Amino acid sequence: MSSLKQYIDLFKESRSTIEAHSTEVMNSLRDKAINSLISGKLPAKGDENYEITDLNETYAPDYGVNINRYDFGADTANAFRCDVPNMSTWLYFSFNDTYHSSRTASISMPDGVVIGSFNRLAKQYGKLISTYYGKLAPIENTQVALNTLLAQDGLFIYIPKNTSLEKPLQLVNILNATIPVMVNRRILIVLEENAHAKMLACDHTQSQETDFLNTQVIEVYAGKNSSFDFYDLEESGERTHRISSMWVRQEEGSNVLINGITLVNGHTRNDYSIDVVGENAETHLYGMAIAGNEQHIDNHTEINHNVGHCTSNELFKYILEDRSRGAFCGRIKVAPNAPRIEAYQGNRNICMSPEAKMYSKPQLEIYTDDVKCSHGSTIGQLDQDAIFYMQARGISKQEARMLLMQAFMADVISTVRMDSLKDRLRHLVDKRLYGKLALCQQCGSDCHDIVNNIEQ
Amino acid sequence: MENKPNLLTIKDLHASIEGKEILKGVNLVIRPGEVHAIMGPNGSGKSTLSAVLTGNPAYTVTGGSADFGGKDLLSLSPEDRSHEGLFLSFQYPVEIPGVSMVNFMRAAVNEKRKYFNQEPLSASDFLKLMREKRAIVELDNKLASRSVNEGFSGGEKKRNEIFQMAMLEPKLSILDETDSGLDIDALRIVAGGVNKLKTENNATIVITHYQRLLDYIKPDFVHVLYKGRIVKTGGPELALELEEKGYDWIKEVCDKNQE
Repeated sequence: MSSLKQYIDLFKESRSTIEAHSTEVMNSLRDKAINSLISGKLPAKGDENYEITDLNETYAPDYGVNINRYDFGADTANAFRCDVPNMSTWLYFSFNDTYHSSRTASISMPDGVVIGSFNRLAKQYGKLISTYYGKLAPIENTQVALNTLLAQDGLFIYIPKNTSLEKPLQLVNILNATIPVMVNRRILIVLEENAHAKMLACDHTQSQETDFLNTQVIEVYAGKNSSFDFYDLEESGERTHRISSMWVRQEEGSNVLINGITLVNGHTRNDYSIDVVGENAETHLYGMAIAGNEQHIDNHTEINHNVGHCTSNELFKYILEDRSRGAFCGRIKVAPNAPRIEAYQGNRNICMSPEAKMYSKPQLEIYTDDVKCSHGSTIGQLDQDAIFYMQARGISKQEARMLLMQAFMADVISTVRMDSLKDRLRHLVDKRLYGKLALCQQCGSDCHDIVNNIEQ
Repeated sequence: MENKPNLLTIKDLHASIEGKEILKGVNLVIRPGEVHAIMGPNGSGKSTLSAVLTGNPAYTVTGGSADFGGKDLLSLSPEDRSHEGLFLSFQYPVEIPGVSMVNFMRAAVNEKRKYFNQEPLSASDFLKLMREKRAIVELDNKLASRSVNEGFSGGEKKRNEIFQMAMLEPKLSILDETDSGLDIDALRIVAGGVNKLKTENNATIVITHYQRLLDYIKPDFVHVLYKGRIVKTGGPELALELEEKGYDWIKEVCDKNQE
């Protein structure tokens, strides 16, 4: 039996409740979503692009869905442990799948910028949201359809023409529950012509004893000559399942950087799909993953160069320890009549133990001449000669391995276009490698007190 | 000099790699203040000896002993051998992309201090030390931020080895073919560095094919290693004789004796 049935049944039984606690714009796509799910099926393990991830298994358990929007009583005092020091941000939160703004979120925000939850903004900006909502994420995709069917709230970010955000936006996602829960997150980001913003999203799981299924769909419109940085940091927990997909459309002259970082997780599947539709656009897609124990990290990327004169740089790096599994499946497609594309893709991996397994599938599909494209993939171990060289200088084997792993991740960290975040990330990666970041509660950084920060 | 205890005493050392015996009974005594040259034809075991003494895991010790300042050298980890004062200048220094010289040396210096229950050096003291020591081998101030040996020329790599030696102040340094790939100027700088670091309390083993390096670093003893054994020992004049006559005469004598 398909794992989808329980969600279809839930929706049929509870449609009115789901819709009552949501907005018209989200409700308007639910018919399409249910039709897609009834006629569709989840990809099976081993299907193209799903070599190691079994979505049927991921969606199979009986998770609760908080359709009545009860307050789960998140441990607010303990929640916000991973702030970035020296980084002033406009701060937003999600508790499970309910979005909140911090008290300081609106202070000195430029005119015309709209940021907030769908539910809060629906009355005033419903029409604006509906112009963009669900237009990039394809409803034929089962993950997207399921999220569209059940999501009841979302975060809307709108940066109008010629507007730059001086400070980064920060979204802290917190999972907290005492029973197994499915949360469905939705983010819609619109940058109009010549709009500029940076954003850091981090995932934390407070209840390490609870199973979570976290589905997320992010849509990003990058208008003409806009720029957008998105740093997507997961520090969840070993019992958290994350199924995230990000759908980006880039217009002429836009510059988008995405960096997906998995430091602590259970079972993760990230899809990044970027459609470049305007010339002279730049795409930067980076990622890193550090996994141990039985952790599972699967990144799937697609960059579609539909028009010419664009560049894209892609680099994903993995360090796998213990019995962890990693997968990278990336495709760059250059359409016919899209000349002068420069596209580079790299995937470099280190397996630290004989039981760790990495699956890599770099792909180029080029349908035009006059392009510069390359792809490459490596899977290996740490350089034993380098380890001995350091030992001969008095550096312990353990420390030598650390230095090599830090060095391995250095080029992904160096792509971060915010100095304070770069430093912070380096620090977090070091801690993770030293095994001191099993839980974000152990992070020990000097952080804000979230209680004072939520807009009541 | 005679009153000082031996720094290194190697007795009947046997070692192999992948089941093939390379060292077949090496005996060698080194006292503080001495410079020993080890010469010999290709494949005689010179580099194996340095690898075994520093604990390279590719080699297996199959017999014999090595006492280093009263400690059983062969039972120590490579890093503890370094802490105890053993240093190898690598024939082929390893490039470590992404690890800066400053982080590499700070880890090395501070792990040694930790071994002797000393506090780590402060950042400013450490940088001062680096400045002082790199002057010995004329390395410039870009050194600190460069990745270990990455993109270094052959000469820079060897100067970098001697710089690391200066930082760690070892009791016994093994220079494994430090002269290979060096032009005359680099050779002078490297040898000059080694001589500046020489005291009456430390010692040096120079492994080389050529007399040339020994013009700059004057040995007290010259040993010939052949087929895994030290087959001849003499003074500096032995190196000159080898330069002139080659190894064939020694090979002949040895091979004859073996029959």
